[in-house]
Amino acid sequence: MDSVVSDAAAYGVSPLLNDEKQLLDDEEQLRPWQQDRTRAPVATKIVVAGGFGVGKTTMVGAVSEIQPLQTEALMTEASEETDDLTGTPDKMTTTVAMDYGRLTLDDDLVLYLFGTPGQQRFWFMWDDLVRGAIGAVVLADTRRLKDCFPALDYFESCGLPYVVAVNHFVGSERFEPDDVREALTIPAHVPVMIMDARRRISAIETLLALVAHALDVTPE
Amino acid sequence: MSRTPNKLPVRGGERKPARVRPYSLTGGRTRFGHVLLVETFVAALEAPEERKELTNGSLNTRVMPEMRAIVELCRRMRTVAEIAALLKMPLGVVRVLLSDLADQGKIRVYGTGTAHGTGRPDRALLEKVLSGLRRL
Repeated sequence: MDSVVSDAAAYGVSPLLNDEKQLLDDEEQLRPWQQDRTRAPVATKIVVAGGFGVGKTTMVGAVSEIQPLQTEALMTEASEETDDLTGTPDKMTTTVAMDYGRLTLDDDLVLYLFGTPGQQRFWFMWDDLVRGAIGAVVLADTRRLKDCFPALDYFESCGLPYVVAVNHFVGSERFEPDDVREALTIPAHVPVMIMDARRRISAIETLLALVAHALDVTPE
Repeated sequence: MSRTPNKLPVRGGERKPARVRPYSLTGGRTRFGHVLLVETFVAALEAPEERKELTNGSLNTRVMPEMRAIVELCRRMRTVAEIAALLKMPLGVVRVLLSDLADQGKIRVYGTGTAHGTGRPDRALLEKVLSGLRRL
């Protein structure tokens, strides 16, 4: 989800304890590794990036074994050109929503998916997200191809393996992967594929392509 | 002669009373000693009934409701991102609170898929992920 909410102060401070019992009760089928506090499975992650409304939430939801959660990062807009932030409390902080999905791959291996807004002004989140990540899926919408430029620039600059997945929307003009590759100037060794973010199989194929690509570029 | 107008805008005059913002709970600290990536696992170290001492204590060990809520959630293996999502608190805040809880010995922070929480997953891990995805 891409929502940018600017009322960070709305976070409740006191009702946490009541809610949390509810949370514990509400959770869907528990995996064995969740209940064993003596050892943690290996956690690894893949970032799903792209422009607004390109299908990040849909893709995370299509593959996640849990109802996708939303994590928020608090952004302080202190870098704005004014020092006086106090007069505009609504502008002080922004929360950036990030989708969070999970796939248990083995008893001791869990893959997390993080769908994150691809706008340039959220790069502060990406630095943190890409640390230790397998790689990124950059979702592209051919009607708004420019929206994925910042994500591509970013992943190229930090050397994170990525694949480009064109999420074809109903009624949008079809393009061949090579046309998209050319338009985005994607190097030949980077996979560019057509996918349907709503379909689990299609989303998993995209993840497979990314992990295989990451393996290719990881030294022995 | 010009006289002082009756009303001048007062700088900060329209400022709303400060509400407690989540980050103010962290005392301004942004650094953390523990590697707390979004996918880092944490779990509580004690059984809930053994944590009576959490409710009192000196000023700097006094436990805020947020901290208690985190420890409660951590009765099960949790990730940093999951805690932030469930408690609807920003990631940065949760990181600082988790770091404090870890320092106090209330929770354990586990390592992630990369050797030191930095760098990239190695080939062995990528192979495992690949075969895990293929089995789905």
